[in-house]
Amino acid sequence: MPKVDLSTDTVRDLNQRLHDLEPGTTETDWRVINPMGAHAVAVGLEASVHVEIDGHVGYYCAGMNKEATVVVHGNVGTGFGENIMSGTVICHGNASQSAGATGHGGLVVVKGDTSARCGISMKGVDIVVGGSVGHMSAFMAQAGHLVVCGDAGADLGDSIYEATIYVRGDVESLGSDCVEKEMTPEHVAKVRELLQRAGIEADASQFRRYGSARKLYNFNIDHAANY
Amino acid sequence: MFDERKLRGSSTFPPHVIAEIQRAADEGLYYIRGAGAKRRVPTFDDLVFLGASVSRYPLEGYRETCDTTVTIGTRYAKKPVELKIPITIAGMSFGALGANAKEALGLAASEMGTSTTTGDGGMTDEERRSSKTLVYQYLPSRYGMQPDQLRKADAIEVVVGQGAKPGGGGMLLGQKITERVAEMRTLPVGIDQRSACRHPDWTGPDDLEIKIRELREITDWQVPIYVKCGATRTSFDVMLAVKAGADAVVVDGMQGGTAATQNVFIEDVGIPTLPAVRLAVDALQELDMHRKVQLIVSGGIRTGADVAKALALGADAVSIGMAALMALNCNAPLYEEDYEALGTRPGFCHHCQTGKCPVGVTTQEPELEARLEPKAAARRVRNYLTSLTLECQTLARACGKSHVHNLEPEDLVAMTVEAAAMARVPLAGTKWIPGSGGA
Repeated sequence: MPKVDLSTDTVRDLNQRLHDLEPGTTETDWRVINPMGAHAVAVGLEASVHVEIDGHVGYYCAGMNKEATVVVHGNVGTGFGENIMSGTVICHGNASQSAGATGHGGLVVVKGDTSARCGISMKGVDIVVGGSVGHMSAFMAQAGHLVVCGDAGADLGDSIYEATIYVRGDVESLGSDCVEKEMTPEHVAKVRELLQRAGIEADASQFRRYGSARKLYNFNIDHAANY
Repeated sequence: MFDERKLRGSSTFPPHVIAEIQRAADEGLYYIRGAGAKRRVPTFDDLVFLGASVSRYPLEGYRETCDTTVTIGTRYAKKPVELKIPITIAGMSFGALGANAKEALGLAASEMGTSTTTGDGGMTDEERRSSKTLVYQYLPSRYGMQPDQLRKADAIEVVVGQGAKPGGGGMLLGQKITERVAEMRTLPVGIDQRSACRHPDWTGPDDLEIKIRELREITDWQVPIYVKCGATRTSFDVMLAVKAGADAVVVDGMQGGTAATQNVFIEDVGIPTLPAVRLAVDALQELDMHRKVQLIVSGGIRTGADVAKALALGADAVSIGMAALMALNCNAPLYEEDYEALGTRPGFCHHCQTGKCPVGVTTQEPELEARLEPKAAARRVRNYLTSLTLECQTLARACGKSHVHNLEPEDLVAMTVEAAAMARVPLAGTKWIPGSGGA
């Protein structure tokens, strides 16, 4: 198993080695030690590899991920798994702002809490948070699912499009055009599936569903106060 | 008997202001339109060159070369962008423009050895195929932003703002959100789309530095990274972009166009291109980064004289958007009944937001788009770029310069006090630069 020590090697070295992997490589399991809060660790991966990172990382860890699985045994900074296309990125600690921002596909898992704007402008990614999310989470969320096992901060789902939010705990407030919707058996099944994929145990029937009221989709003077 | 002489129009309430008040009273919404500022602003027209005479000698027009090549991205990129002319095509989205217009711009830019630029919504296959050198915009909305496209780009432009709406996000009204546009942007068909004005995962210059580092890591430090700002607090913005690690800075003055935004943004936010270029150059010089971090200036560039004046003030290249669209036939006197149907006429049209472009440029409607044949349109843009380049070379030779980058502020004087103050060149016939403390 290739092992990269970021106390001696650079992030540049690590990313270049990961980018240089040929399709069908046998070097599929990687371990990164001593990340010491470095930014842009394991970004832009395209190969179907498994990268384990022991320690805390800074901004944009696993950004723009495709195919790969990146697991962080620590906390992550801003933009964890931002713009993920596919694959899975997992943080066993807490995440800072904008976790899973703009993600198009794949799965982002944060076992702890996330700060503000989790899932901002998400475009199809599935995000599962074991703890709570900060304010303005799922702001302008376009597609995909955000599952929050704890509580959600203020203005959840502000200006949301077609993404779906599931929250088990309390919601401090909903943002503009975000409303609570009926939780049908299909939705419970979806939450159960997402929790299972994320490896988080929770009772899917305890979640509530939120989504767009679709009142801001076209300019309407009667909704001006919400713009 | 009615006496016409007794009619006195109001300067405060001229007819277009009255019309706008009454439109607002009817609709209850700000006016959204395309194109750039229509108000009079100080421009490069207010500067003139001091051609060579006894104290300087010129170059012969047809015998002595005047180089126009530019390299962008010499600071960090392994593969800087090499341009044959100092005029690039500005970022305009597929969605705002139709596919034929994007293809025509790409073909023309490729033939001329210059770059074109994507926009909100990502990169289309057509524009990648037609553009030899393609700059990929990285925008706050991240609509259509895909790492595969990022890796296909010849440069990346992190868009912080644009001249038509510094501090605002893009707009694309429902009539232009067709199925293809909606799919590219992951949006419902037909909605009035408002793009974010801030990036979703960074705030401020310290974060921008980390973001640029991430983009470099993803692209293995191969391609240049530009930072584009609308012209406002240009000194600070340029310095902070340099500090954040940009290879090039794009400064877009308030005359820069848009496909759709609030009229109040277009007319009342930002500063003109003329003072912006000077502020940007001063900022680069203060950091000793002039010509090390390249400066691209845009917003209301129309002629080879505009190009030459921007370069003389210290820009490395210019970028054109609206003017390129006009070369494609924007506002041409064709299909005039269709202009009338929009409530406008050729020469006045700014109705890009409607998607009903009479000449097939800013539309997604197949019937209208068919009015723009890509190869013929590319030829017009190529001709136009050639004319701009020849004009720029003509002026540079007249000032005795063998490369357009050798033009300098000393070659210019201003025709108005305000232009002298903004460009910091002397008022013609004097040594006076207002604000410089000189006599």
